[in-house]
Amino acid sequence: MLNRGRNIEKGRVITRRMFILAAAKILLFAGISSRLYNLQISDREKYEILSDKNRIREWKTPPQRGIIVDNFNKVLASNDRVFQLHLILDEINDFDVTIFKIKNIIGLDKSQVQKLYKKKERLKPWDTLVVSDNLTWEQFSKINLYLHELEGAKPVLSTSRFYPYANDLVHIVGYVGDASPKDLEKPEIKENFVPGLKVGKYGIENSQERMLIGNYGIKRYEVNASGKRISQIDYIKERQGNKVNLTIDIEIQKYAQELLKGKAGSICAMDIFTGEVVAMASSPTYDPNKFTHGINQKDWQEIRNNPLKPLINKSIAGLYSPGSTFKPLVALAALEYGILNPNKTISCKGHKHPYELYGVKYHCWKKEGHGYMKLRNAIKQSCDIYFYEMARLLGVDKLSVIAKRYGLGTNVLGDLYNDEKNGLVPDTKWKRRALEQSWYLGETVINGIGQGYIQTTPLQLCLMTAQIANGGYKIKPHIIKDESINYKDVINKIKLDQSNFPLHERNYLDDINIENYQRMYHKKSNINFVLDAMFGSTNEQYGTSYKSRYDDPKYQFAGKTGTSQVRRITDLDRELDLDTEQIEYKKRDHALYVAFAPYKDPRYAISVIIEHGGSGSKAAAPLASKLIKRIIDRHKLREQFNNGNTSLA
Amino acid sequence: MLRERIQASNYSFLDKLRSIDYLLILLIIAIGLISVFAIYSTEGGKFSFYTKNHIIRLSVFFSLFLVLSFVRVSTWYKNAYLFYIVGLVLLITVLFFGISASGATRWINLYFLNLQPSELMKIAVIICFARYYHRIQTSDIQSIKFLIQPTILLIIPCYLVIQQPDLGTSILIAGSGIAIIWLAGLNIKYFIYSGLLLLVSLPFAISILKPYQKSRILTFFNPDRDPLGAGYQIIQSKIAIGSGGFFGKGYLKGTQSYLEFLPEKHTDFIFTLFSEEFGFLGSIILLFLYILLIYRIINVGLVSRSFFAKLYCFGFATAIFLYVFVNIAMVLGMLPIVGAPLPIMSYGGSSLLSIMLGLSIVMSCKIYNQEQISVY
Repeated sequence: MLNRGRNIEKGRVITRRMFILAAAKILLFAGISSRLYNLQISDREKYEILSDKNRIREWKTPPQRGIIVDNFNKVLASNDRVFQLHLILDEINDFDVTIFKIKNIIGLDKSQVQKLYKKKERLKPWDTLVVSDNLTWEQFSKINLYLHELEGAKPVLSTSRFYPYANDLVHIVGYVGDASPKDLEKPEIKENFVPGLKVGKYGIENSQERMLIGNYGIKRYEVNASGKRISQIDYIKERQGNKVNLTIDIEIQKYAQELLKGKAGSICAMDIFTGEVVAMASSPTYDPNKFTHGINQKDWQEIRNNPLKPLINKSIAGLYSPGSTFKPLVALAALEYGILNPNKTISCKGHKHPYELYGVKYHCWKKEGHGYMKLRNAIKQSCDIYFYEMARLLGVDKLSVIAKRYGLGTNVLGDLYNDEKNGLVPDTKWKRRALEQSWYLGETVINGIGQGYIQTTPLQLCLMTAQIANGGYKIKPHIIKDESINYKDVINKIKLDQSNFPLHERNYLDDINIENYQRMYHKKSNINFVLDAMFGSTNEQYGTSYKSRYDDPKYQFAGKTGTSQVRRITDLDRELDLDTEQIEYKKRDHALYVAFAPYKDPRYAISVIIEHGGSGSKAAAPLASKLIKRIIDRHKLREQFNNGNTSLA
Repeated sequence: MLRERIQASNYSFLDKLRSIDYLLILLIIAIGLISVFAIYSTEGGKFSFYTKNHIIRLSVFFSLFLVLSFVRVSTWYKNAYLFYIVGLVLLITVLFFGISASGATRWINLYFLNLQPSELMKIAVIICFARYYHRIQTSDIQSIKFLIQPTILLIIPCYLVIQQPDLGTSILIAGSGIAIIWLAGLNIKYFIYSGLLLLVSLPFAISILKPYQKSRILTFFNPDRDPLGAGYQIIQSKIAIGSGGFFGKGYLKGTQSYLEFLPEKHTDFIFTLFSEEFGFLGSIILLFLYILLIYRIINVGLVSRSFFAKLYCFGFATAIFLYVFVNIAMVLGMLPIVGAPLPIMSYGGSSLLSIMLGLSIVMSCKIYNQEQISVY
């Protein structure tokens, strides 16, 4: 019985304790349930976001670059189809083996393989390695043939920049290349960059990056924990960059470039009313297509070591003394300030009796002398003696006001090109500030024939000529089509104005700021006088560019030659009087020519510079003559096209 | 002996069939089916290795469970110590001949199965302790003599398992042992004292832990400490469960698990996958199935006459509870990651085998519930 009682007691203890345990279990299960409630119901949103972050990864797809077209919508920079080989890194088990196979198939050399390894180090494990962005068709088909043996290899049909006019446009359009760390700091590139994207390195490609670059696309993939793509869930398509429309006429550009072949120099052509740059050639040149996929060492050395300096855009970054092409402006300044009566006669007696100032002798270029000269004749025959005297009377400060007004001394195209030079129009203040010296009168004298401190770019000379030729109106040169201005109205307004009386409400001879398309002259007759003298220079006997003239009024142009000395001419040189060919290349004069055409109802201005070409009349003027004919021949087409009749293109 | 045999023969086969707990069998089948679907999902909806193996094991071990259910409870009682000794021998074998995986030596290669003796030990400890306390009077339980013996019996396997190293299983073995000591009626003060002692010795215990165990515990308190290392599992598991929401992402649509963000998703983290795909609703239903299972096991204990059966059933129910609780609390980030499978659901032969073995003893308790076990 005792035993039995004990057993009942034991049974009770066990059962009681079981119930205590069960209560604890229920409590703990309740704890789990509330935790589940917290996670799955209260905080669900938070964890959903985290889950999406986990499983979705974005890949940016590169946008196509905007195209660049000329005035007639001819494509100057396009996107060409290229064959590429990409490696999807997370699909590769043994990188070394894959690279070895690829090396044998497409024939990579040691340095290329090393480059690939370096490239790979910078990439994330799920990134794509671009093995080659420009395979030949042969390599591409070989890769496709062996594709089953190459894990992670992806032959890709992609696009890359192509310049159909290669050498003819590189100084205007520029070229693209891989983005440097500095490029990536620019906001327009930073915002739109995708690894492997090429960015503009120079010219329009560089300065119009914001327009051209486009917007990248986004491909969203579901990925697993190791980043492997499982499926595509979203694709925001990339947007191609905008078209950039240039004012260049590729036919004229090509011809200008052809005329410069074998020479170092520049040709610029501009619409004198609209300021549209029609051609801006620089020689020698190089092929921008070579830069797209990274230029090889040999080609690069060839370009860099060329003594004619193809990398310098001579039209805007080449600085030259304007030489005699400056004379029309000196004459205009003297007339405008009323310094000199155009009928004043000065005698040029040749090298035996040079111009003398404070004991320093200044020679005319013509050994025998020009004899008695009036202003018109002095411009026409480019007599230096007349201009020495005129400059002395005028003074450098007045000259600099007019020179700056007509476009010298400041860059022309704004920030379009990062290498465009301002040039230099000296005055007394400048010299005191920059050189901490006072001005010498002798410097004024040689300034009168465009020598000395004065430095100009070919485009500035073209602008100067254009603004004289249009009757003395300020224009705004540009190379990218400006649709915001109705040029027809502008041209009509300028042509109707041409007033020949001074405007008294403003003193046009002060250093004042003048708005675009406003008159810059004081007296219309002064402008006309200069234009007429330039006509004489080209179309009358003894004129310096008489040989390059056209008799047909359709092509008839007016211009001014220039010969810019690159060194001081010694008495010995004058005695020797060598032909250009006999002088060492580096010591030869630069040949210059500025002109506008047609003489009656002018429309285009042109500047030609041939480095070390000798005299302007022999080396530069004939080129200008040829180009002017081509420009005028195409004028009608351009006019019609720009007025909306696009069918002609 | 003779009396016992007579009593046993009193059960006709029909009687036996009638006294089977069919609800318990139904629950096992239900959880088993859910586990097959869950493991099928871990393989991304492909009928392949894990799913096939799991189905085979489930059917083999379920049949074993049915057969062993008819073994008399007195036979289990008689062989309880033998069971324990076999378990111990196997654990020692592991120490010398065990095979290793990911830094732990836990398995013995039996050619058809890599047996994990620590899993069997979970059951062995319960059955051994049930027999031990079966014959001890309540008044004797408090004596030092009867306290030291089970303590030693418990410390040996726990120590061996910790050496593997496998902290999780060791804690579960200790937990089920202590549960039976509690059920047998040991004075509550002993539990309080040893609890305090444990708390005091915790710093020393931590100092002898393996670095990965330490990092797991530290990570438990702050998972963001090392989000891609030790904290990764907890963070990813919480993301998976949380993003499941009320109804879940749908079967085979659990992105977290499907996209391989979840580690060990077919073993310890099977609940995470299930919860991601079936949401709060599914999780609560699964939890309820486990509660029912535990309730049915306790019920068997309540209707059993012998203390052995009572102690075993209550102890085993507590063990099942511990397994479920530790596993789910772990994947919910409420406990450190210690490596504890979810009964029946998790892929793993030894764990399934020991659970089925344990259940078959429960079932035999049910079938032979009127059997008296004499003290000898």
